[in-house]
Amino acid sequence: MSEHLLSLMTFIPLLGALVVLVLPKGNGGLLRSVTLVVTLITFVVSLPLAMDPVFKTSAEMQYTEFAKWISVGDYFQMNYNVGIDGISLWLVMLTTFIMPISVLSTWQAVTKNVKGYMAMMLLLETAMLGAFISLDLFLFYIFWELMLIPMYFMIGIWGGANRIYAAVKFFIYTAVGSLLMLVAIIYLYYYAVGSGVAMNGFSIADFYNLSLNPELQKWMFLAFAFSFAIKVPMFPVHTWLPDAHTEAPTAGSVILAAVMLKMGTYGYVRFAMPLFPEALHHFMPWLASLSVIGIIYGALVAMMQKDVKKLVAYSSVSHLGFVMLGLFALNNIGVSGAILQMINHGISTGALFLIVGFIYERRHTRMISEFGGLSKQMPIFATIFMIVTLSSIGLPATNGFVGEFLILMGAFESELRWFAAVATSGVILAAVYMLWMFQRVMFGKLDNPKNQVLKDLSIRELCVILPLMVFVFWIGVYPNTFLEKMAPSVDHFVYQVTGKSPVVVESVVPACSSAHAAPAEVAPHHGDEHAHH
Amino acid sequence: MYDKLWLIPLFPFVGFLINGLLGRKIKNEKIVGGIATLAIFASFVVSCKYFLQLLGDDVKVHEVIVASWMNVGPLNVDWGFLLDPLSGLMMMNVSGLATLITLYSIGYMHGEDGYPRFFSYMNLFSFAMLMLVLGNNALVLFVGWEGVGLCSYLLIGYYYEKKSASDAGKKAFVVNRVGDFGFLLGLFTLFWSLGQKGVWTIRFTEISANVHLLENGGLIVTIVTLCFFLGATGKSAQIPLYTWLPDAMEGPTPVSALIHAATMVTAGVYMIGRMNGLFAMAPDTMMVIAIVGGATALFAATIGLAQNDIKRVLAYSTVSQLGYMFLAMGVGAFTAGIFHLLTHAFFKACLFLGSGSVIHGLHHAYHHAHLHDDPQDMRNMGGLRKKMPITFITFLVSTLAIAGIPFFSGFFSKDEILWWAFASTRGHWGLWLAGALAAALTAFYMFRLVFMTFFGEQKTDARAKDHIPESPFVITLPLMILATLAAFGGLLGIPHVLGANLGHIPNYIEHYLSPVFEHTQHLHHIHAHGAASTEFSFMAISVGIAIFGIGLAWVMYCKNPALPGRLVGSFKGLHRAIFNKWYVDELYDALVVNPTKNLGTQLWQIFDVRIVDGMVNGVAKLVRALGAALRYLQTGYTHSYAMSMVLGVVAIIALCIYQ
Repeated sequence: MSEHLLSLMTFIPLLGALVVLVLPKGNGGLLRSVTLVVTLITFVVSLPLAMDPVFKTSAEMQYTEFAKWISVGDYFQMNYNVGIDGISLWLVMLTTFIMPISVLSTWQAVTKNVKGYMAMMLLLETAMLGAFISLDLFLFYIFWELMLIPMYFMIGIWGGANRIYAAVKFFIYTAVGSLLMLVAIIYLYYYAVGSGVAMNGFSIADFYNLSLNPELQKWMFLAFAFSFAIKVPMFPVHTWLPDAHTEAPTAGSVILAAVMLKMGTYGYVRFAMPLFPEALHHFMPWLASLSVIGIIYGALVAMMQKDVKKLVAYSSVSHLGFVMLGLFALNNIGVSGAILQMINHGISTGALFLIVGFIYERRHTRMISEFGGLSKQMPIFATIFMIVTLSSIGLPATNGFVGEFLILMGAFESELRWFAAVATSGVILAAVYMLWMFQRVMFGKLDNPKNQVLKDLSIRELCVILPLMVFVFWIGVYPNTFLEKMAPSVDHFVYQVTGKSPVVVESVVPACSSAHAAPAEVAPHHGDEHAHH
Repeated sequence: MYDKLWLIPLFPFVGFLINGLLGRKIKNEKIVGGIATLAIFASFVVSCKYFLQLLGDDVKVHEVIVASWMNVGPLNVDWGFLLDPLSGLMMMNVSGLATLITLYSIGYMHGEDGYPRFFSYMNLFSFAMLMLVLGNNALVLFVGWEGVGLCSYLLIGYYYEKKSASDAGKKAFVVNRVGDFGFLLGLFTLFWSLGQKGVWTIRFTEISANVHLLENGGLIVTIVTLCFFLGATGKSAQIPLYTWLPDAMEGPTPVSALIHAATMVTAGVYMIGRMNGLFAMAPDTMMVIAIVGGATALFAATIGLAQNDIKRVLAYSTVSQLGYMFLAMGVGAFTAGIFHLLTHAFFKACLFLGSGSVIHGLHHAYHHAHLHDDPQDMRNMGGLRKKMPITFITFLVSTLAIAGIPFFSGFFSKDEILWWAFASTRGHWGLWLAGALAAALTAFYMFRLVFMTFFGEQKTDARAKDHIPESPFVITLPLMILATLAAFGGLLGIPHVLGANLGHIPNYIEHYLSPVFEHTQHLHHIHAHGAASTEFSFMAISVGIAIFGIGLAWVMYCKNPALPGRLVGSFKGLHRAIFNKWYVDELYDALVVNPTKNLGTQLWQIFDVRIVDGMVNGVAKLVRALGAALRYLQTGYTHSYAMSMVLGVVAIIALCIYQ
């Protein structure tokens, strides 16, 4: 069973989608329930992965499955080649965790063609999971493209007033990126085969071992990096995001923010960076600059938004800038922070989109100026909104802090010191735009009569949001649950992109014990200096 | 022995959870307030136990690690606590004052909307503040540091329906974030520079044991300490980041007393004390700290001269007194700085709570008479000493303490600072002068406040003036305790020249804190030097200054009440500038706030909408034009493009297979 765990997990939603397609069209309740159950089953099936201690010690791919799929003579070979390491593990878990929440969040919001919507959600889950577990570049590409279609329809059919424009923009942006990547993949494959390397399909492991000349690396890197940069999105190719987010239905926004943007950052971790390390170093000043510009730019533009959802969308640009900066730090602190921050962003921004959905469903507007004083009418909502806001601005003991701190610390220890210093000012701007928005929506007098009748959160809505709250504090207070399982893979990644083993220092003080330190003026104790390089 | 140290922050956290989750269901004010007070009192009791234990212990530094927090590569951070004389003093100060002020709040907040919310925030604050002072590493300190900032934000904005209150809360948070930016940069630089020497740590004990690896007086330590000091100017309301504190008076008065006078705002002073070994290595930073402290002390005092809101006067006075503490830290008078932190906590908490008692009384009277006058405006007060005798006496005692009248607590601590400012190896007569001038202004504006509030004829509206009650016991009890501390607390730190002549009374606090500071002062040759006679003459000058200030206030506000009006008339421009706080808020708005907003709008409207989207839409238009030409081949709907794309991929694969 466990040797097919990943396939099982990935294709249960697809199976569910087929089931949904044969169910009667009119019975919305049944369609929703079946979809919810399918996503819950998928989550439960994925749980053993998160609990597996093997990730604490091994950077190897685990749960691997391999099957020859399509071959054309000796020339063209595609395999079903999947597996996860300590990095993709958490993205897989994030996906299976977010999906039931997204389904539950649209319980009442989606009434038009429920059947199609639910089928799209399930198809999307299979595509996302497939992309995270693929160890074959072509397989990855297929899932990557497959992801695009349901999201395009979710925005275009179930979206807001300006949905067609948003959907087309989303499509053009991502399709352009994907096509570049496709060309690069095929070129790379034929280059490898042509230079006599024995390729096992499009296996990433084999691609890692290619030695490419610097000039070729640069072009290949640019193709991959551009494609992933659109997905992240990095400045300046971010402008599809605010429109897509604003027009998408709540669940669409949640999935888009929580999982699909991570496809871009994951693409950097798995493909663009380790495949072309020399090109990476060559373009580093540009990449780091764009990341930092994204942090500041996203925050400044978010500050002036009048639409809550757009504000949250621009805040994503800022947060993802942090993630990219952490990856470019190329050391274990920064990369761990970046991967943790991918999860954090999924949780916090996912929660923010859910929150926007809650008030949108009540008022059918997202304009900040339409609100004010909601705290009085909706105290439970106010508390949860406050917690999510604080997590988004990185208050210590919430998840956002741990991620941002590690990223900035890591970037500061790397060659990107000055970039990190500028990026740190992002913490000021984050507080400005989030608290200003919170103030205008939640504080002040409750003087709009339409707001005076709003109901506080329902049980269903609490079920949607509370699981996310658990992780806000879990990751904030004890991130080691996540960090220790990604550490070997992160160290391996750092080795791949720098050729050097990262610094690791064991903690000298064991947990849960009391230590009586010597008085401060006594000579230094060198207990924790066995840094091995 | 010390392993239950974590109980100290835990109790108020539990109180926070109880009132936060169940408070609205409990409904009974006494139970809600009682739970909160008991929670923090329990932590005070545990603090006392460990404090006494530490006094009798030969080992003065104890670390307790509760759990690991984050371990990544070279970075190992624990949830750990540190008890040494400095944190011991701070935990006593915090838990003790928090207990008194929470108790006071039971009476003061009676009948307020959101009563449980208030008490849960107060407990959460106490938790965060105790984490701050007890944290064994810079990151746990930072949890407390931002945690107290959060509670400050929430409590300033307690009356969130009022725009001015929610604005003030946001301003406090954002300005503090500017400071936090500095704190983080300092921490990053420190971690990196020590890491270069092979020591990867953010634990305070390890930092102080290894700072000698860095170059004494070098660029690195200067940058690190300046960054940390930027953090301190945010939290402790110093130039240039002090502007949030006066606005913070929008919060309920007990909040002002606890957070914005006695505890949170002193966090910056504590932080410098905690890392004194590092700061002492950077004489340039120390000089900056001393100058900023002295300048803030003087600058804030000038603004305090002309304010009419009783709490605003106290707010500027707090900024000014914090300036003294930084002046002390800057000239290496660490003990004096911490000592002033302590005495200031006593007398300023008492002053704020006293003003709260006055506001409470006036509010009651106005409510009774159905008036909407401002209960905080001193021009509506006067003659209250007969109506509120306990409030008056306790307030007077604290005012004497802040003015620096001999044998009240403020005299000893402030005088010690002034002496060090002049005589320290890192002092300067200019610093002394700033401090001395500020002392004169302090004595003046504080007695102006006392005379306007408690003396003279009663200016309260005739319909309300006979309905001003003395506050209930739950309010006056904390006042009396604090006034006693404000009166006698200074005896803990009698200077040597005086103690020697009074029958060999030792300087307790100096002795108590010596394990924390002595080594640094010794290592960097920081000491105050001067003849006993010089020290005595400076003491005399201080007293003279204080009496002069009080006398001037008496002339202007008791003897000749028409005089202030005439003076304002002849110095109109100056008065307007002082009254409007030297227009610093307006300056910041013009230089920072508005340009940032404009930049945000421009980037969005021009770069995003016109440039990038313009290009994208242009491409789309081009495609559409081509599509129009080829429309017999294509439908023009993008989802059919999507479909054809998938079909295309399938076709390619099929082609490959059957090739």
